[in-house]
Amino acid sequence: MHEVRNTHAWQILRDRGVQFLIYASVLLISAVFIWILVDLIRGGIAHLSWEFLIEPPRDTGRAGGIAPILVSTLLILLVAVLTAVPIAWTTAILLAEFVAVDNAFGKAVRFSLHVLAGVPSIVFGLFGNAFFSIYLGLGFSILSGGLTLACMLLPILTSTAEAGLRTVPNTYRTSASALGLTRTAALIHLILPAAAPVLAAGLLLGIGRALAETAALLFTSGYVERMPDSLLDSGRALALHIFDLSMNVPGGDTPAYASSLVLVSLLLCINILAMKFAHGLQRRKIMT
Amino acid sequence: MIWSKRNILFPLKLTDSLLQGILRAGAVISALVMLLISLFLVVESWPVLGQISPVRFFTDTSWHPLEGAYQLMPILAGTLYASVGALLLAIPLGIASALFIVYYASPRLAKWYKRLVELLVGIPSVVFGFWGLTTLVPLINQLHPPGASLLAAILVLTLMILPTITLTAYSALMAVPAEFLRNAIALGISRWGMIQGVALPAAKNGITAGIILAAARALGETMAVLMVAGNVVQYPETFFDPVRTLAANIALETAYAMGDHRAVLFVSGLLLMLLVMVLSGIAGLLEKQRHA
Repeated sequence: MHEVRNTHAWQILRDRGVQFLIYASVLLISAVFIWILVDLIRGGIAHLSWEFLIEPPRDTGRAGGIAPILVSTLLILLVAVLTAVPIAWTTAILLAEFVAVDNAFGKAVRFSLHVLAGVPSIVFGLFGNAFFSIYLGLGFSILSGGLTLACMLLPILTSTAEAGLRTVPNTYRTSASALGLTRTAALIHLILPAAAPVLAAGLLLGIGRALAETAALLFTSGYVERMPDSLLDSGRALALHIFDLSMNVPGGDTPAYASSLVLVSLLLCINILAMKFAHGLQRRKIMT
Repeated sequence: MIWSKRNILFPLKLTDSLLQGILRAGAVISALVMLLISLFLVVESWPVLGQISPVRFFTDTSWHPLEGAYQLMPILAGTLYASVGALLLAIPLGIASALFIVYYASPRLAKWYKRLVELLVGIPSVVFGFWGLTTLVPLINQLHPPGASLLAAILVLTLMILPTITLTAYSALMAVPAEFLRNAIALGISRWGMIQGVALPAAKNGITAGIILAAARALGETMAVLMVAGNVVQYPETFFDPVRTLAANIALETAYAMGDHRAVLFVSGLLLMLLVMVLSGIAGLLEKQRHA
């Protein structure tokens, strides 16, 4: 009896100890997260203004703004998304709607995308440099940067879209075929609209990933900070601008803080919006 | 009647097969991207793979690529130390976070904390690197100069892989059947007893898969490490020594590398990709075992 009480007391003590450790780690992580955010806001808010967003950089970025960099970033994103989305979504539709789960071709495509998802971004940079910039002769340009990012986005866009299509209940498909709709019509009028929020969430996640990317753009889209004239012009992405200011420009910390603040707030908005879309779908699924 | 039916059906069948054709073309392109990447890495590394024996990466006197000395070991050691250090810190913190979300926090708090971790995923590596450079490096410099060091790299990497471990451990723990937990509670086991004896063993495969994915991410991470690690090619003796990782080495030297040097960098890229592929392959197998 005495022994039992002893182990019981030990268990209570142990449980309290573990609980303390877990709460301490959670507090630590939250504190570091808030520390980073506060640091970024404190360092950048004073430098951030409307002029900062619409002026070109002067004195290698120490003064002036980030307007041409925002334009380049947007162009790189556009190229990446416009290339990756059609390929990724057609792949996803094929995998989710037209081939069986154990189909050999489907398995091969899925495996290849799974491997692609694990490739480090610097390796994408090497590949983009060798293939788009040199082999295809696009040089250091927005186009080669965007196409490199498109390769990076393929796996995430495909897997989110496939998952989204799979959440559409099978009753949709059986009802459509009972009414004599072709698979194309069922896809366009029923299944894609039903999966639209997840597709949008996946798209936003992909855009976020592309905005955050630096290593893949180092040797593909180049460093030039002036306003790009065409897609074949070199253009500096926002993330690369932060890197360059903090590593290569002495005294560039303040504009780097302001640029980081712009980038992080953009990404936070995009990610929160993506969560909202995904959440909206969950709620609707419960209702049907 | 039959005629008109055939007229209606014929073009419809056509659109269906047309659509399938387009879809298949898209899928073939996505599958080819991976092949294309491997092909180009191998082609670019070929001048070195063919001529220089791989032994030289371990026996050359130093890493002086311009003079044809390609000793990769210090860089490999730096990569390994930084990744392992980050994993040692991130595994306990990440699993603790997941346990907090699933078993300790109130639903409201759990939702907020999970959202915070998900937002942490969204912070770009260059911002982590910049924050490390302006905040962590001066702090470490006060402790022990020069500040840009293995320790700084480990800390920044920890922050970056923590969400991966937390979120995969979270979904593994959520997948533990509720009846296991109910039975444990019915037997009067304490909360930690239930977690340690029932939940963690049941979620073991999923958690391990997450850790392996995090390891792959740590190995391949470039920008953040490049900005805080100091980038000196050497075997670090203490945590305060600067190191250079494989990925950072590629980022630093590709811009001016020519000939054999460039090929060596592609070899190291190929090596990095193979390492990461093996790791994500193991993680995939573990996941599959979990579902089986």
